Amino acid sequence: MGQSLKFLIPLGLFGVLVALLFFGLTTDPSKVPSPLIGKPAPEFSLPALGDPARTVSHTDLLGKVTLLNVWASWCHSCRAEHTQLMRLARELKEVQILGLNWKDTEADAQQMLRTSGNPYRVSAFDPENQAGINWGVYGAPETFLVDGEGRICFKKIGPVEPGTWETEMAPTIDLTTKKCKESRT
Amino acid sequence: MIKPQWPALLLAGLLVAPSLGAYTLEEFKFQDPGQAEDFHRLTAELRCLVCQNESLAGSQADLAQDLRKEVYRLLQSGKSRQEVIDFLVARYGDFVLYDPPLKPSTYPLWFGPLALAGVGGLFLLLTLRKKKEAREEALSPEERQRLQALLADDSNPNKDKA
Repeated sequence: MGQSLKFLIPLGLFGVLVALLFFGLTTDPSKVPSPLIGKPAPEFSLPALGDPARTVSHTDLLGKVTLLNVWASWCHSCRAEHTQLMRLARELKEVQILGLNWKDTEADAQQMLRTSGNPYRVSAFDPENQAGINWGVYGAPETFLVDGEGRICFKKIGPVEPGTWETEMAPTIDLTTKKCKESRT
Repeated sequence: MIKPQWPALLLAGLLVAPSLGAYTLEEFKFQDPGQAEDFHRLTAELRCLVCQNESLAGSQADLAQDLRKEVYRLLQSGKSRQEVIDFLVARYGDFVLYDPPLKPSTYPLWFGPLALAGVGGLFLLLTLRKKKEAREEALSPEERQRLQALLADDSNPNKDKA
């Protein structure tokens, strides 16, 4: 290498460092990737919110593409994403939205659905975090996309925003075969 | 006459109140001291996913309490330390471990610093070697000859001053 260009080496290394640091800024350490992606949804069996005689379980996931939304009335981001879930419930006829009401009280949860609308076909009531732990839930809201065979295609950590379905979720599922698309993490 | 110490009492009350609602490890009772030891080691080695710089043992997050209860339940049902770890890793990923496992996706983490130190060491070695060569070749053969000539020349007026 020419002597004249040698001074560029530290500059290049500095550039690499800056690039790495910038990449670090775009990642959010509070979002922990789920090991459940591509795996069968964990089994659960819980009473339905507002109808304790009815049971909601993993068998409710079979045969349909499902968005399983983990929510609670105490969770501000859940209230924020609620309008998006209402929109998806209206627009996505081939997708059912199930709720997992997490670490909440029945009265508060039902109050929230009465005032803001109910996008869920049904909500499983999990005040003690029984199913939550098996699903690796560590905060609300979280939303799992599950295919017709009960396999998890995608997990959204944090609120569903305008465009989340279109840009992040829809590309991971084939709605005609109701199967997760392969080779996506 | 002693004034009533209301402000002091109020302050004491305020200081004590939050700790009354805090989670402690006291509620987890074990018959078997080995299991208690496992419980304390496990909760110290597992990370709380909400407060990521805290272990399960140290975190006051609600989720940490749920996971402590789960670890307790698993140990009470006869699961081994490793089975509890596997249970949590299967659900929450390697992130729950403070000690990351050695596998292809963590190779950069484990070997990156070594590789960097290696590159740095190599660079240092090359630089030092180059410096040494440069010192030996500081004078070209012509310059050397001239130097000898100067030293040998008694008539050089600068000789004694050198």
